[in-house]
Amino acid sequence: MARSIPSPPGGGTARRRTTRGRQGLTGWLFISPVVVILGLFLVVPVLMAAWVSVSDWTGRGSPVGGSVSFVGGQNYTAILDGDGLASRDFGTSIRNNLYYVLLVVPLQTGLSMFLAVLVNRQVLRGRGFFRTAFYFPSVTSSVAITVLWLFLFSSTGVVNRVLSFISVSGPNWFQDPRGVIHVILAAVGIRTAPEALTAPGFLGVSGWEWLAGPSVAMSAFILMAIFTTSGTFMLLFIAALQNISGEVQEAAMVDGANGWQRFWQVTLPMLRPTLFTVLTLGLIGSWQVFDQIYTGTQGGPAKTTLTPAYLSFSTAFNNQRWGEGAAIAFILFAIIVTLTLLQRLALRERDVPRRRRMVPVTASSTGARTASSSALPVKEPKP
Amino acid sequence: MSQLATRPAAPTPPPTPAPSTRRRRKAPSVGRRALALYLLLALLALIYIFPFLIQVSSSFKTEPEAAQNPLGLIPQNWTTAAYTQLFESSDFPTWAKNSFIVTLFVTAGRVFFNSLAGYALARIPFRGRGLVFALLVAVMAVPGVVLLIPKFLVINQLGIYDSYAGMVLPLLADAAGVFIMKNFFESIPASVEEQARIDGAGTFRTFWSVVLPMARPAVMTIVILSFQGSWNELNHFIVSTQDPALTTLTKGVAQLSSGQLSQGTQYPLKLAAAALMTVPVAIVFFVFQKRIMNASAGAVKE
Repeated sequence: MARSIPSPPGGGTARRRTTRGRQGLTGWLFISPVVVILGLFLVVPVLMAAWVSVSDWTGRGSPVGGSVSFVGGQNYTAILDGDGLASRDFGTSIRNNLYYVLLVVPLQTGLSMFLAVLVNRQVLRGRGFFRTAFYFPSVTSSVAITVLWLFLFSSTGVVNRVLSFISVSGPNWFQDPRGVIHVILAAVGIRTAPEALTAPGFLGVSGWEWLAGPSVAMSAFILMAIFTTSGTFMLLFIAALQNISGEVQEAAMVDGANGWQRFWQVTLPMLRPTLFTVLTLGLIGSWQVFDQIYTGTQGGPAKTTLTPAYLSFSTAFNNQRWGEGAAIAFILFAIIVTLTLLQRLALRERDVPRRRRMVPVTASSTGARTASSSALPVKEPKP
Repeated sequence: MSQLATRPAAPTPPPTPAPSTRRRRKAPSVGRRALALYLLLALLALIYIFPFLIQVSSSFKTEPEAAQNPLGLIPQNWTTAAYTQLFESSDFPTWAKNSFIVTLFVTAGRVFFNSLAGYALARIPFRGRGLVFALLVAVMAVPGVVLLIPKFLVINQLGIYDSYAGMVLPLLADAAGVFIMKNFFESIPASVEEQARIDGAGTFRTFWSVVLPMARPAVMTIVILSFQGSWNELNHFIVSTQDPALTTLTKGVAQLSSGQLSQGTQYPLKLAAAALMTVPVAIVFFVFQKRIMNASAGAVKE
């Protein structure tokens, strides 16, 4: 991060100092627009929201005015204490988003890697066409895709029509609040909650509800996320695959490894830095579900597509409970940061012994992970 | 889901250029495998493309037909009613105008400010450069959705709520773009600028008329990414405006979709609106396809 600054060669001390001074001024002039905008619309907002999250501001007048008072952790308690509607809604939104993350991240990573391996064949004809086809959903806006998805998954829509070809009568997707796990349990005869799971549990949501799984409506959003993100991540994997030299593959082939073994024992380990990038980006992205919910369901049916991001927005803008809304945003921020750090830790651990030299991870910054991904092909030891 | 079911069969590739003895021995199975590969790819491509074909064809159907025959690619009663309604009795033209205005200013602003900042970080030694760089990296890690309420607070406080300024200014901050420009400038040999400086050009002059023209590939990358980013932006416009005259396409179509502006399903109308708002990004995508494919990978690679 701290790069050595090349000093201008030659010149007397006095002259160098003035050049330096002038250059320093120019440097700051060049960079100031970006710094001012980032400061004004990123740093200041975060500080201001931190204040609002511990205040009783109701949305009238300025949040830093005299009539607004400090209420301590009251807003945070209201969300986290486990009784009351605010807390139950938050618990529900966490459950919904948790299942979303658990399904979207592995599936989009697996699918995008699979597509990349398929498309990256040397002998493949029309690879440009296939790449374009898989990537196109990624360039469209989330609003346009959601509109399309609402149509495809409507009760008489395309998906149910296709399902009817194989004699499956599809659900009314976006109106169906049943949890998928509940549906499966009902199929084997378990329709009501066991006694132990009916009491309000963590965040006011009962154990039975925690175990509901994503609702049918949320499942449609999960499919949509996989559909729209797999193309982007496929490109990352393709870029990484192209950096793996053919020699390594050939050497493995000469050693008698079949395609399956080559994938697991040669390709996959070399893709690990990219895999790490994709998992991190996926994890960060899938905790921020907002546009789809705003466009599509507004949290319904029965709050099963409510997400923390949307709940934070609607608590503040629709219900005028600004303190609680800001508090939810900060809790969400904490969740994302914590999970990213945990994942970094978990994945780095396994990385260290095998190629100690090539993990230049410096800090818990987003920038660092990218450094490791570009370092891979250069320093990989030749077998 | 169905794509994944086929997964285990996949990573058994037909051996690419192998020693000739091997190829002869394995020839028949390679042919069958190649066929299976193409079939699989074709099926996947169909799953990815078909929804968009349905979208366009349904926008030309009547409402009952769209509901009764969603799979038909050729409308039986061809009608442009949805498009007529969008342009003649809705705010769609206003939304489109606003989207174009915002996208234009954001893209132009980002190109200028990102390249200025990138140049300073790459070439001009100044005190605090390391700090600014660290700050930019930290800023990139803040998830955007968390900033919804905060951004509204500041925009409101600054008195630019419900104005083009409030819509454009906050979007000009783009740390990722600064990195792309910085990396590119670092790849240009310094001798080029030294020559200009010896000839007496100032720093800005050197930057503007010598270095920036050389950075065309990187500038194009910024243009494409900014265009897509600001055209598809939704949540910033939700928190920075409420005036219907300032509604953008994303916000307008989202409200149309959630039924805040209408009754009934109106699928052809909604699909037509969604299809139209995809056209500009689709054009940019197909024109700059090669560069986009590389840029998306490059952007994250930093």
